[in-house]
Amino acid sequence: MAAVRTRSERALNRLAIAAVLVITLIFLAPIYWITSTAFKPRNLATTIPPTIVFEPEISPFVKLFTKRSQMRGAPTPEEYAAAPWWERLVFDGGEKVVRSGRGDIQLSGYPNRFMNSLIVAISSTVLAVGMGTFTAYGFSRFKVKGEADLLFFILSTRMLPPVVVAIPMFLMYRAVGLNDTHWGLIILYTAFNLSFSVWLMKGFIDEIPKEYEEAALVDGYTRMEAFFKIVIPEAATGIAATAVFCFITAWNEYAFALIMTNRRAQTAPPFIPSQVGSGLPDWTVIAAGTFMFLLPVAIFTFLLRNHLLRGMSFGAIRK
Amino acid sequence: MATVVMTSLDAKSRAASRGMSDMKIRNLFIIPTILFLIVFNIFPLIYSLGYSFTDFRASTNVSANFVGLQNYRELLNDPFIWSNFAITAKYVIVSVSGQVVVGFGTAMLLNRDIPLKGLLTTLLLLPMMLSMAVVGLFWKLLYDPSFGIINYALGFGSFEWLSNPDMALYAVAITDIWMWSPFVMLLSLAGLSAVPKHLYEAAAIDRAGPFYTFFRITLPLVAPILMIAIIFRTMEAFKTFDIAYILTSQPTTEVISIRLYKMAFQEWQTGRSCALAYIVLIMVLAITNIYVKYLNKVKER
Repeated sequence: MAAVRTRSERALNRLAIAAVLVITLIFLAPIYWITSTAFKPRNLATTIPPTIVFEPEISPFVKLFTKRSQMRGAPTPEEYAAAPWWERLVFDGGEKVVRSGRGDIQLSGYPNRFMNSLIVAISSTVLAVGMGTFTAYGFSRFKVKGEADLLFFILSTRMLPPVVVAIPMFLMYRAVGLNDTHWGLIILYTAFNLSFSVWLMKGFIDEIPKEYEEAALVDGYTRMEAFFKIVIPEAATGIAATAVFCFITAWNEYAFALIMTNRRAQTAPPFIPSQVGSGLPDWTVIAAGTFMFLLPVAIFTFLLRNHLLRGMSFGAIRK
Repeated sequence: MATVVMTSLDAKSRAASRGMSDMKIRNLFIIPTILFLIVFNIFPLIYSLGYSFTDFRASTNVSANFVGLQNYRELLNDPFIWSNFAITAKYVIVSVSGQVVVGFGTAMLLNRDIPLKGLLTTLLLLPMMLSMAVVGLFWKLLYDPSFGIINYALGFGSFEWLSNPDMALYAVAITDIWMWSPFVMLLSLAGLSAVPKHLYEAAAIDRAGPFYTFFRITLPLVAPILMIAIIFRTMEAFKTFDIAYILTSQPTTEVISIRLYKMAFQEWQTGRSCALAYIVLIMVLAITNIYVKYLNKVKER
């Protein structure tokens, strides 16, 4: 391509580069804006013209983690900010009092919701990827009657609008007391991610040559040993990629969390918007909560960039 | 039965006899997942099918009365429900076509010798990895009529995006386009990079114009993958709940998922909402069928 190139073509290419850069900037602008708002002093968050240059502050984060209506005798957010970091890192079940060297600090609901998000997303990811890997291996290596139908059934469980499934799930959960529990959400998200995990893992396992295990079987391994010692290590990158996808889905889920939880097991996605309320919200605090919440996903996206395409298209496209 | 069904290799059958038989392992690996999905996906749907024929309200202790097809009849005759479907359809069309234009356009631009292509592609993927609820929330800040950055950047003064009933649906669609164009871009890029280079060289030798090249070579070859992206996004847009629910509460943005949520968890018309869920379910199955057909077609290539 690069060999024969006229001047006009080169100009065209430069134009394309400029256009791509502009598009990328436009796409990143909202994320930049929420990030910068998270570090602004409150009075600069809603100024017009917008404040571009400012001295970054961590006060929005302090306000995010502590309750704004302070208990008597408790340290102010400023005092809290001055405390050493390890004291500030102690999360104790949210909305509870944490002992710091300088007295009691009342935590806001956020650390608790963030922990709930972590607990639910990690547990459901482990379950979904674990079960998914076994099932994918089963489908990949053994003859299964009606394999295509079963695989389609597995995929179809993911196609319904969440709200449709949420109504009967809510009734079921209420009947068995799983409402507003971590387990309730973990089970839901596992069911939700399982189909995805099976399909993705099947793609990865299909690509591992059968001969590897057959050689192991000849060497006297049992099928189980061959699976754990040969297949699992070979599929490690696939497992990691699938796990991050499942984590992101569970981490970001909103509708079920909104319906199935209200306090004890509530995750961050329904919690953060509920803090806007009426009147004048403190956007710096909301931005801080949003930023904290987006950070893990942003990091994973970067680490996982090479696997994204296959994951997003259910393996329809191989690259 | 007991004779383990094994092929020629003697060592293999010896190995199998020491451990579990392959059949057992297969069942152990597959059956729990199938059962899990049946219990948590199929069973609830059957459960709610029962409720859809009753006047059950989950907010009261009054036991449910069987009302036959009344819920379905009322829903199908309710013009408000149809307007919810119409809003959903409008939303799907606006947001999916926006995503195709922006996503495919960006892919066309990226499909050149562009420095830092990998980095730019990765950065563009970020929006779609975020939580729709949280995205909805911070776009509320961006859209704010008095201090939102969007009005400032575009010089729109104090334009009302979300509280204007005519604009709100488009505002939601714009956010969705921002979030999901990268997905269309990603798939288009894969399709574009698969177009054989020699076709373009041949076209250049024939002195074919850029339009001819685009419509006769590029588009037909990318179409199947683009179709997957479109169907995928259509299904997702049909399910929309989070973004629209959080961004605005205009009646003009009440897509079917929001209607369903309100009916079930705010008005507590449980039986009726189960019936509506079934109507939606049938529609989704119809879309899904088209989706799977296309997916298989493309896979066969």
